[in-house]
Amino acid sequence: MLSDLGTLFINGALLTSFSIIYFSFKELKISNNLVPKKIYKLSLFQLFFTISSFFVLLLAYIFSDFTLVNVYENSHTNKPLFYKISGTWGNHEGSLLLWINILVLFSSLFLFINKNRDKKFKILTLLFQNLLIIIFLVFLLSNSNPFSKLFPVPLEGLGLNPILQDPALAIHPPLLYVGFVGSSIYFSAALAALISKIDSQSLAISIKPWVLVSWFFQTVGILVGSIWAYYELGWGGFWFWDPVENSSLMPWFVMTALLHSILVLERRIGLYSWVIVLSILTFTMSVSGTFLVRSGILNSVHTFASDPSRGLFILSFLILMVFSSIFIFFKFAPNENKKYTIFSKESFIIANNWFMIFFLAVVLIGTLYPVFLDTITGSKISVGPPYYNLVLAPFLIPLLFLMTSGPNYKWVSNEAKSFFNIVLLLSIVFFIITFFIIEENSFLLNLILFFSIYLITQTLFDFYESSKKKNINISRIISHLGFGLLIFFIYVNHIFSIENNFNLKLGETKKMDNYTIKFNNLEQQSVKNYKSIVGYFNILDKKTSKSEELNPEIRIYDKPITITYEASIKSGLFSDTYLTMSNISDTDIFNIKFQVKPFMNFIWFSVLLLSSGGILNFFNRKKYEKN
Amino acid sequence: MKKINYILISILFSILFIILYFSLGNQRVYDTKDLIGKKISEVEINLFQSSGTINTKEFIKNEFTIINFWASWCGPCRKEHPNLVRLSKIKNLKIIGINFKDDKENAKSFLKENGNPFDILTEDKDGKNSVNFGVYGIPETILIDSELKILKKYIGPLNIKEVNEIRKIVKK
Amino acid sequence: MKNIINIIIIFFLITSSSYSNENLNNQILKNLRCLVCQGQTVQDSNSEFALIIKSVVKDKIKEGNNEKEIYKFLSEKYGDWILLNPPLKKNSYLLWFLPYLLFILGVIFLFFLLKKPKIRPKE
Repeated sequence: MLSDLGTLFINGALLTSFSIIYFSFKELKISNNLVPKKIYKLSLFQLFFTISSFFVLLLAYIFSDFTLVNVYENSHTNKPLFYKISGTWGNHEGSLLLWINILVLFSSLFLFINKNRDKKFKILTLLFQNLLIIIFLVFLLSNSNPFSKLFPVPLEGLGLNPILQDPALAIHPPLLYVGFVGSSIYFSAALAALISKIDSQSLAISIKPWVLVSWFFQTVGILVGSIWAYYELGWGGFWFWDPVENSSLMPWFVMTALLHSILVLERRIGLYSWVIVLSILTFTMSVSGTFLVRSGILNSVHTFASDPSRGLFILSFLILMVFSSIFIFFKFAPNENKKYTIFSKESFIIANNWFMIFFLAVVLIGTLYPVFLDTITGSKISVGPPYYNLVLAPFLIPLLFLMTSGPNYKWVSNEAKSFFNIVLLLSIVFFIITFFIIEENSFLLNLILFFSIYLITQTLFDFYESSKKKNINISRIISHLGFGLLIFFIYVNHIFSIENNFNLKLGETKKMDNYTIKFNNLEQQSVKNYKSIVGYFNILDKKTSKSEELNPEIRIYDKPITITYEASIKSGLFSDTYLTMSNISDTDIFNIKFQVKPFMNFIWFSVLLLSSGGILNFFNRKKYEKN
Repeated sequence: MKKINYILISILFSILFIILYFSLGNQRVYDTKDLIGKKISEVEINLFQSSGTINTKEFIKNEFTIINFWASWCGPCRKEHPNLVRLSKIKNLKIIGINFKDDKENAKSFLKENGNPFDILTEDKDGKNSVNFGVYGIPETILIDSELKILKKYIGPLNIKEVNEIRKIVKK
Repeated sequence: MKNIINIIIIFFLITSSSYSNENLNNQILKNLRCLVCQGQTVQDSNSEFALIIKSVVKDKIKEGNNEKEIYKFLSEKYGDWILLNPPLKKNSYLLWFLPYLLFILGVIFLFFLLKKPKIRPKE
């Protein structure tokens, strides 16, 4: 029943998309400035159909309707309701449906919000967006239909991979998709802008809210993913430069670049073509990321079940998308011959873009190089965290410096403030204090720390300065402060982290320099969908003589049978204590991994701060436009 | 200028996509291609029956040598065992068994049950020696010649096709 | 059972004596890929393979091998695939140099884009 209903809705959505394209084409020939009601209605119908199809799938998951192959493969009646719901998008087919929902939602929102824009621009955007929607609907129906039927109907499902049964991971994909797929709307708008030749300011104003929203969600999505990795994967790290993580970071770099460039475009100073290139590139990177993850050409800790036929489809789509964009760009791009003054705000923004594109290039090279090398020469190498740290870290220094000084320059002119000032002096003092606390010898690390402190002090100072005047660009200050703090805490965390691996038996005690760990008890528990072995540990901090109880677990899930190692984390304001245990096969010895991770909460908070700048700007948008 | 850019960018993307296309079918998992043709390292291996050791240098005496990592607790090893017995009938091929992280009694009864194809039986009690042979999971089988060069390395249980392949190499 | 106890005792002796090497040990293990796990490092994995590599690395450090020698030993046995920090070789020149090349190209591009200022700002 639900399966048929779902398929019906999907076909309805496909039909309305085709009609929208048909009527849009017809409208292009009519030269008035009124988008007919018909198109608005069709768009609403399309929205209704796609959202309904998603709800049907959701219902199928909630009621465990195993007539659907997708529900059978990814769910189980014993699963908690929350994970039944999140199971809807926790697999390839369901996530594709979610992806289409966002495409459609953004398409209709764009149409309704931009009522006063140029008609041709609007219609063309709609046209491109609906082409994307159709392509993905066809992909869904032909290759990855979540509503495929199963006969005979099984009584029980196979269950969801337990590693995915986690609150953070349940909300992680939707967040990330709003970011990634949200970028489709400015991809379409950019192409439409080229053809309809709208002026730079209209383009900037019409895509800015979408860039801000998608950037915000992308940032929060990445944050939630990191938090999940920290809690769930049990390694104590939060970023592994894993291909899947990289593919969420790559669009982020482009979005960040775009976010800054739009500021220039808004003021009609230039960068028209560049903004268009970035808009196209963002969605291209999103699709490429999806391709890399879903096609299985990369191996990663968080791979979805991959399938080459999916890969081929996404690759074909990517090729079509890239080449048509290149074609449209070179056919319609206006000739720009703007010269920029060095030491003006816009040159700093261009410099920001240059760094972002460089970061993108490094991550892209690091991710793809091993794949290409393997394909061309057959030799296999791995590119891991050391590569990225080594290549990227030095470039943080000039980036931090540009972020510190850039915002205080004026548009167009090259009026400069004096270089040595009270802020720099203060930063040096702060740095010297930090230096004596951390006792770190690495020159590079110290430089990064210094420049992050400089950025933090300068932004705080800017905040103080501008709060005296009325014209506060609070969103910039918050985001830059967030970034400065993020870099600062990541490196302090890196310096102060303690990690210790050892083997222990029940009842034994391990003594370390500053800590004593006692293995008190071992208990077996049976929970709804898994059995678990819980270890009871007592950790004594010799310095503060504070003692903590930590209970890491080894979980054995039954559907499907999987063993996971659950870290036990005591999260304090300034420092987390992190313990994982695993049994060594055929013995009663346990391998214990003990870690002290300072400032983890500060790292999460910094990213929140960084992202909240984006959303603040979204809500304050109108105010700036008037200024 | 615009035209040149257009062509250059199109070519660049075409190349990228062509490589990506060919990468699609490629499984990105570990293989041992890089190790073929390299010499195995000269290390001491503990003998299984007695307390002595044997150095891999001594395999020079054999025309061809197979080094097989196995254990009684490993299911796939049980499956490949008849194939090792088949190989043990070849005259110019010596088979060295390395019993990997195993219980001695279990290993003995395993051989009693399934036959003993090994010319020399050795053991790797804590598994550390396996690293010297580039072993990362058992069963694994390494075929070397009299110069101690690796001719073939098989990961997972030997199947009959691979047995025939070894026969062919040894006959030449 | 006796064996296990012996192993533990030996293990404790090793861990206590090699405590100063702990950092080097962690550093090395973090740069090694666990071959049997999907995209995990040896440090983070509890698989049989990872446990063996961990103990071998510990031994090698105790024997006085330095970081480079250990990487070289392992890459000879398992290929470059095991190293997460790809060594600079013929097959990784592009990987290491392309980013810098692009960065410099960016500078050149920006140089043409940005007009030289008529008056240099005071510093």
